[in-house]
Amino acid sequence: MTTSTPVGAGLVLRDLAKSYGPVAAVRGVDLSIAPGETVALLGPNGAGKSTTIDMILGLAPPDAGSVTVFGSSPARAVADGRVGGMLQTGQLISELSARELVAMVAALYPRALPVDEVLAIAGIQGFATQRTTELSGGQAQRVRFAMALVANPDLLVLDEPTAALDVEGRHDFWASMSEVARQGKTILFATHYLEEADSYADRIVLMARGRVVADGAATDIKSRVGGKTIRATLPGVGVDALRSLPGVTGALRRGEAVSLACSDGDAALRALLGAYPDARDLEVRGAGLEEAFLELVAEDEEAAR
Amino acid sequence: MSLTYLRYEVLRTFRNRRFLLFSLGFPLVLFLVVASTNRHATLEGVSFPLYYMAGMASWGAMLGIISSGSRISVERQQGWTRQLRITPLSPRAYLLAKVVCGYLTALLTMVVLFAAGTALGVRLGVREWAVMVGLVLVGLIPFGLLGVMAGHLLKPDSLGPAVGGLSALFALFGGAWGPIASHGALLDLVRDIPSYWLVQSGTVAYGGGGWPLQGWVVVGVWSLAAARLAFVAYRRDTARVA
Ligand SMILES: Nc1ncnc2c1ncn2[C@@H]1O[C@H](COP(=O)(O)OP(=O)(O)OP(=O)(O)O)[C@@H](O)[C@H]1O
Ligand SMILES: [Mg+2]
Repeated sequence: MTTSTPVGAGLVLRDLAKSYGPVAAVRGVDLSIAPGETVALLGPNGAGKSTTIDMILGLAPPDAGSVTVFGSSPARAVADGRVGGMLQTGQLISELSARELVAMVAALYPRALPVDEVLAIAGIQGFATQRTTELSGGQAQRVRFAMALVANPDLLVLDEPTAALDVEGRHDFWASMSEVARQGKTILFATHYLEEADSYADRIVLMARGRVVADGAATDIKSRVGGKTIRATLPGVGVDALRSLPGVTGALRRGEAVSLACSDGDAALRALLGAYPDARDLEVRGAGLEEAFLELVAEDEEAAR
Repeated sequence: MSLTYLRYEVLRTFRNRRFLLFSLGFPLVLFLVVASTNRHATLEGVSFPLYYMAGMASWGAMLGIISSGSRISVERQQGWTRQLRITPLSPRAYLLAKVVCGYLTALLTMVVLFAAGTALGVRLGVREWAVMVGLVLVGLIPFGLLGVMAGHLLKPDSLGPAVGGLSALFALFGGAWGPIASHGALLDLVRDIPSYWLVQSGTVAYGGGGWPLQGWVVVGVWSLAAARLAFVAYRRDTARVA
């Protein structure tokens, strides 16, 4: 999985490791993200996502391995204002309104976006003059998002950005993220919402117990497990014959209907239609990201035993 | 450092009513009550209101500047310092803003106390006022640094008692509520405490004087020691929470 650092690389993690006392939070993560890519970081609680993000942002020094952000150290990239982040934990400071807080953060960046523009994008205008201590959880989350956005960074790192957001907030959030991605920015976000990863990321990195257990496009990851299930109405064919078709790993008959478990759905479907052109009511279902997620994490735990 | 950032930090400081109430309200009320009943007395060779005005201004300014630094502790607990660390703001600029805010509260306390003193009959020449203000500003340096140290060393829940108690002790031994020694070993001891020189700013400025060499040495040595402690606390703290 290790790749050599391309010139103008975005984010490169090499054999990154970090322990907290006896807890090995991150155990050798190799990851390289090209500029302009949108990558989702998935994994169960405690997988090491936030720890990895802390090291990318320069908040925690790695025990081993290295992080480079656009070819320089995280500290350098942060100091140059090239990185914006939303952390998983942390409150907003008091005695300021939402707008003032965003303006204060904007003042720290060399290429900040206009504050009012960002307030509009983050959906904050409705409560911009309200004190930060008087905001609801989701409103505060929008302010945190605005603080990351106003930085106008080349790399946005977001740790569970849509936690606490309502449906509309989530929709607004991803609409603005898509816009940011269109501008060619690099985005890395951790989430527990698989459909967010599925719809908005170019690539999914699945972590478990401090390691990367899968890395690829959503479709690749789904195909790595379970494969597909084909259902059809096909009377008068024995299950043994069906089982011997290429790409099919198992077959089951219920009355006139058969269902085939496939490791390679495309090959199986072609073979099925070639051999039995009268098959009707065809239905191909892929294993979802959720099944893939559960299975890959379970596999990893299995291997650990 | 960005001036806009500093402006918002100052805005935050002056919007914090509880903070202002303690660092401004307490010394002011105490001054008005005690000095008005002793308007015509003298203390340490100057009028009672002048001595007490310098004492209460020193106490309030000390409280203000220690509290300002110690607020770092609250912002660490809130996770705000982590948020700031992923911005281009340098840790030094962050600390500097805290010290500037502390000095501004101290200045406000001084202005209010000096106005109250004038109302109770304190009369000084321009030069005398200037010397007194200047000495207080210099005398506050070790306390500003101690505030930063407290901000890195203490948890927010122990902050109130620690800062209140510490500044009260310094004020008491410095003689803010009246000299605690006029001669002997105890006087020698309190003359080694920087708050003593803070409180003396009024007495020595009266008639156009300034601190004797010992005052400068004590404030200087305490400043260096406090700077060292604050730096060590800062290093330990950022290494731990990182
Ligand atoms: N400051 C810390 N001190 C001690 N242990 C920690 C600390 N931070 C994280 N850990 C441990 O490191 C491991 C990884 O934690 P991390 O926060 O990176 O997980 P995560 O993938 O972000 O989980 P979540 O989905 O719950 O946010 C966990 O076992 C956690 O208990
Ligand atoms: Mg996390």
